[in-house]
Parts: sequence; structure tokens; C-alpha cells
Amino acid sequence: MEFVLAIIVGILATSAFYLMLRRSLVKVILGMVFLGNAVNLTIFSVARVTKGYAAFIPENASTLEGVYADPLPQALILTAIVIGFGTQAFAIALFRKAFQKVGDDDLDKMNSTDIMCNEDIPGDK
Amino acid sequence: MRSIILRTMTMYLLPLLLIFSVFLLFRGHNHPGGGFVGGLVASAAYSLYLLGFGIDKVRSIFRIQPIKVLAFGLFLAASSTVFPIFFGKPLMTGVWYEHKLPIVGSLGTPTVFDTGVYFTVLGVTLNIIFTLFEDKE
Amino acid sequence: MNSILAMPVVFPLFTGIIMLFFWKHRQIQRIINFLGSTATLALAIYLTWYIKTSGIQCLYIGAWKAPFGIIFTADLLTMTMILVSGIIGFATSIYSLGTMDETREHFGYYPLLQIMIMGINGSFMTGDLFNMFVWFEVLLISSFSLVALGGERSQLEGAIKYVILNLLSSSLFVVGVGILYGITGGLNMADLARKIPMLPNQGIVNVMAMFFLISFGIKAAIFPLFFWLPASYHTPPAAVSAIFAGMLTKVGVYALFRVFTLIFVTNVAFTHTIIIIIAMLTMLSGVLGAASQMEFRRILSFHIISQIGYMILGLGLMTPLGIAGGVFYIFHHIIVKTNLFFVSGVVNELKGTYLLKKLGGVLKLYPLLGLLFLIPALSLGGVPPLSGFWAKYTVAVAAVEKGEYLALAVSLFVGLLTLFSMIKIWNEVFWKEQKAEFAAEQQALRQLPKFKIAMMFVPIILLAAITLFIGLNPEPFLDYANEAAQQLLNPSIYINAVLGGAQ
Repeated sequence: MEFVLAIIVGILATSAFYLMLRRSLVKVILGMVFLGNAVNLTIFSVARVTKGYAAFIPENASTLEGVYADPLPQALILTAIVIGFGTQAFAIALFRKAFQKVGDDDLDKMNSTDIMCNEDIPGDK
Repeated sequence: MRSIILRTMTMYLLPLLLIFSVFLLFRGHNHPGGGFVGGLVASAAYSLYLLGFGIDKVRSIFRIQPIKVLAFGLFLAASSTVFPIFFGKPLMTGVWYEHKLPIVGSLGTPTVFDTGVYFTVLGVTLNIIFTLFEDKE
Repeated sequence: MNSILAMPVVFPLFTGIIMLFFWKHRQIQRIINFLGSTATLALAIYLTWYIKTSGIQCLYIGAWKAPFGIIFTADLLTMTMILVSGIIGFATSIYSLGTMDETREHFGYYPLLQIMIMGINGSFMTGDLFNMFVWFEVLLISSFSLVALGGERSQLEGAIKYVILNLLSSSLFVVGVGILYGITGGLNMADLARKIPMLPNQGIVNVMAMFFLISFGIKAAIFPLFFWLPASYHTPPAAVSAIFAGMLTKVGVYALFRVFTLIFVTNVAFTHTIIIIIAMLTMLSGVLGAASQMEFRRILSFHIISQIGYMILGLGLMTPLGIAGGVFYIFHHIIVKTNLFFVSGVVNELKGTYLLKKLGGVLKLYPLLGLLFLIPALSLGGVPPLSGFWAKYTVAVAAVEKGEYLALAVSLFVGLLTLFSMIKIWNEVFWKEQKAEFAAEQQALRQLPKFKIAMMFVPIILLAAITLFIGLNPEPFLDYANEAAQQLLNPSIYINAVLGGAQ
């Protein structure tokens, strides 16, 4: 199981970085989504994949018996998914706005804050 | 989109879904459900109504600004985390009212927190949907 | 109980929420924001005094015992950061009253500001690695919105770089946390510190250390990872870029200080040597970048990077004096750098531009502003008797004690170049006669109302006074930094305070 997960993580991370290095904003956001998934699967696999019961303590017992799945990585992943979702949604809105303002989704056209700022940036007040 | 079937259905579905969302909210303590799902169901109810009748009609039945609902929800949730301090317990400890109440079930700070989540989700979702529709119209 | 430890998070949260009730009521929001940040500042002062007198304190949130639940821990380093974030939050609140435009205020500038301060304070307070990630995201998402708020082209372009790189850094952070949990079974920092030396496989600890160095390094803008900073920090309004310049990179620096004095201390010869090398490169690249810039805030942005180098150098030395110097440096730097950005904002209000070639003759217009620029600028350059001198001096002495003469040489050289950049700004903005063509187009520009001027100058004077006070009276601050360094270099104190008898 870990083997399969590792390969999937590898594929996801590779495609994520490939996409993030592209110039188009749409591909960058896709890369970010892939990277988020790769990260979540990494946490899932490094925290040991076990076949077992959900970690609910039975009503007449005080501890867990037998093999149970560790709930903490799942909680971590859930948190990471929610946060990732929020940031990705924000990024999409931001990219859309930037696309409208610049008129192009090419990241190479968005370098007016990187070059030597000797002139006012066009499009600013 | 303003089909007569959808309109007639939403007339009946809106109250039903709202009641169902409250049911989900209070069921959530020991069973599947809770404030998040409840809030989503409630906002789905209003979204359906919006699809049937348009933005102005929804505004006339949902008179509060969604952002105020959001603020109220956040306020409830945040207050419930601070509340235990007055009982000498650390932040976010569950404080329970010892008797069971009808409908609500057991009342405690987690219940209040969940209610806060309910209103926050409702406020956020409605805010997004209203903004999108106003953008369109 | 120690519930007061959570208050630096709770106060800004409630301030933000209450402001949401008054959405689109500008005046009310301004008042609430001011009151809220005053309260946070007062609380921070009290809490610093409390921790100073009573030692490291913990708050077990939800009454879950230490290695299992989330905890808030306050030691002297934490309190330094909380105190300075209180000061900067307060100063920025006042400054915003004078400079923020109505549109931004309408679209929730003040609530975002408060939520960002909440995220900053939370990441200082927490004693749990995953919780730190969550606080990072809280502060990041509000800072994303603050950078983009207003939607000018340069802002959006800067925001894109800022967002992408910070999300990358967060992803690396989460992977690191996940793997650490996989190998130790804990997320509590004290628990990790206890377990990591006992691991049979120390190789993976080094790998993890590098993971955290890169992920926090992106946030702190250290040597090869700083490119987002000068691309984005000069784009938002002055008040926003001031609080960013002061606080946000320092959250990354704080995280580096925390994990590299507490968790990753098993192989200092490897990790901390790398940190020293990175520190030197950071200082050099930052200051050389600044030397070639001709825009007010871009010069200052590059100087953030070079100054980060000094702090990281203190950490890399890993001696009591080095760490103390680092802590002192953080405190001094945040105040000075924020103040410089405030001054640049005032110049922009007066002249309508940040470009050095269009500026000039401000000294004649506002002699006081010239003086108020000189205090933080010379302090940044390390001129005695200002606060920067003592900070640089402490780090330099620590470098000599450790025998790192190359680092000493670099830090002195960088100090010189910093002074050069500051003098350049002084010449171009304040001293030189403004070119007639630019003067004419700015002549019609704003006669500023009295209220606005007052609101802009009060925080600048306040921060300049703090700089002067530290400079003329460094003894108590150095003592405090030494005490903080003692705590950081003896992780057992921290571990005992958090885990208590659980060992």
C-alpha cells in the first residue's frame, strides 16, 4: 500500500512542480492543487497506513482494543485540506483579477514589480 | 431558470430544509451532522429560493446582511471558547448545563460553538452567492 | 489558570469580529480598531512583565494534558515577539487613521489587520508544530488579502508571487510536520525535543531540519529564497507594507529560532554551520540588491533581507551571546524597519511618489521628518548610540568569540553598505533640490489636513523614541535578551515547563 501511495505522491508532486513552473496562471493554480494533494497523501502514508477499526472507544471499555487506525494524521489532513481549499480559492480569485487587470495570463508579462522600478507602473493610480 | 415547477417546489422546500438544517445542527453532537453541514443545508435552501425567484425576492425574506450573520456566528463561536475562563477552566474546555433540554439536547459550550459555526457558514455562503448573483444581474 | 496566555489571540479576534458588525461604518471601525490595538498593547506589556517574573508558563487548551492536546507556551522569546507585535499593531492602527484610503477601509481593511495580528500572535504563542502551521495560514490568508486589497496592477502582480511562494512554503512545512509525526509520534514541540535525540536514525532528522529551514526560510526571506519579498512588499499602501516589513518575515525568523534551538539541536555542527553560511549570503545579497535600487520602498525591502541575515547569524552561532544578539536584533529591527516604511509613506503622501528621481527637497518642507528619518535610518546602519549599534555589536562580538571571522567581516561590510543606502535615500529624498519638472506636477498636490499629519507623525515619533530609548539605555534590553538566550539554550527548562512531571 505504501508503495502505491509513494508512487502516486511522486507523480502528483512531479506534475505539480512542472505545472507551477509554467508561465500560464491557470497551470500554476492547477499545480498548486496537485501539490496540495501530494502533501496530503504524503502525510497519510508517512504516518503509517494500517488496516484497522476507527478509533472509537466502545461504550463499556476505557481503552481501545485490537488494531485501530491512528486518527491524528486524518485530522491533520482534514485541516490541511480545508486550509488548502481556502487558499486555492483565494488564489483563483486573485489570478482572475490579475488577468483582468493585466489582460494576459502570462507570468512573464507580470514582472513590473521585479524590474528596476524607475518609472511608475502602468495601470496604477 | 424561473420554471413554475421549481418555484412551487421551493415554496415548500425552503421551510422544510431550514427545519432540517436545525435538526442536523443539534443532532451533530453524537451523530453525523453538526453546524457545518447544517449551515450548508440552510444556505442551500436560500440558494434554491434564489434560483426560483431571483435575488430581490431572497433579499426581501432574508433582510439581514449576510456579513452580519457571519459576524454573529463568529461572535458566538469565539465567545463559547472564552466562556470556560469564567469557571476557572482553560480556554475551550467544554462546560455543560447538567439538565437535558427539549430539541437542543444537552446544552454546553460545544453546542454554542456549533451554532456559531452554523451561522458563520450560512453567512459566508450567502455572502458569496449574493455577491455572485449581483455581479451577474 | 493561565488563560491570560490566550488573550493576545483573543483580543484581536474579538476586535475583528466586533468590527464586522459595523461593516461599511468607517468611523466606528476606526475607533474600535484603535481601542482594540491599545488593549492588545496593554495586555502585551502586562504579560511580558508577568512572564519575566514568573518564568515559562503554559496553557493547556481544552484542559488536554501536554503531549496530547494543543498548548500555548510563553517564554521570554515569545514575549519579546508578542510585545513588539503589540507595539507595531498599535502604531500601525494610528498610522492607518491618517493614511488609509476610504475604499480600502470600506472593504474590511481593519478586520483583516486585526485577524492578521491574531495569526501573528498565535504563531508566536503556540507550542505545537501543527498548530503553528494553522496560525501561519491564518496570518497568510489575511496578509494575502491585505496585499491585494485595492487591486492596483502592481499590487496584484506582487500578490501573485507572494501567494505562490508562501503556499509552496506552507506545503513544505506540512510535509515536514507530517514526517516528524511519522517518525516520533508527537507534534508538541517539547515532546519532539525530548524524543528526537533518542531516535536511532539521525540522518532523517537532518533531512527534516533542512525541510524546516527551507520552509521557514521562504517566510523569513533568507538567501536563495527571498525573491518574493522585494517583488511584493513595496506594492501595498504604506501602512500595510510597514506592518508586513516589521512583522511577517520575523514570524519566519521566530520559527527558525524556535525549532533550531529546541528541536534540531542534535547535529549542530551540520545544521548551524549551514545557517551561518546562509546568513552571510543573505546579508550580502540583500545589501547589494538594495544598492542598485532607486525606489524608496524597494531599497527598504532589500534591507529587510540583509538584516534577516544578522538575526540568522546570531542563531547560527548558537552561543549565549549570539542568540541574545539575535533576539535583541529582532526587537530592534522590527521597530526601526516599520518606522522607515512609515516615513516613506509620509513622503509619498507629500509628494505622491516613491521614485527617488522624482523626489527631493523634503527637508525644506518638513525638517522634522528629516530628523525622524535619520533616527531609524542611522540605527539601521548601526551608528552609535542608536539601537542598531548595540544589536550589531552584540552579534559581532559573538562572532569573534566563536572564531567566525569571515562572518564578522561580512557583517561589518554589510553595515557599511547599509549606511551607504540610507545616505543615498537621505541625499535623494531629503537633501537634493527637486527637479523643476517634477516639482511642478506635485505643486498642486494636497495640502494635508492637520488631523492626517498628526496621525502620521505620532506613531513615527513613538517608534523613533523607542529606538532612541533602547540606544541610550541598552542595558535592561540586553539583560532581557541574555535571559531569553539562556532559556533558549537550555531546552530542558522549556521541556520541563511544558511536560511537567510527565517525563
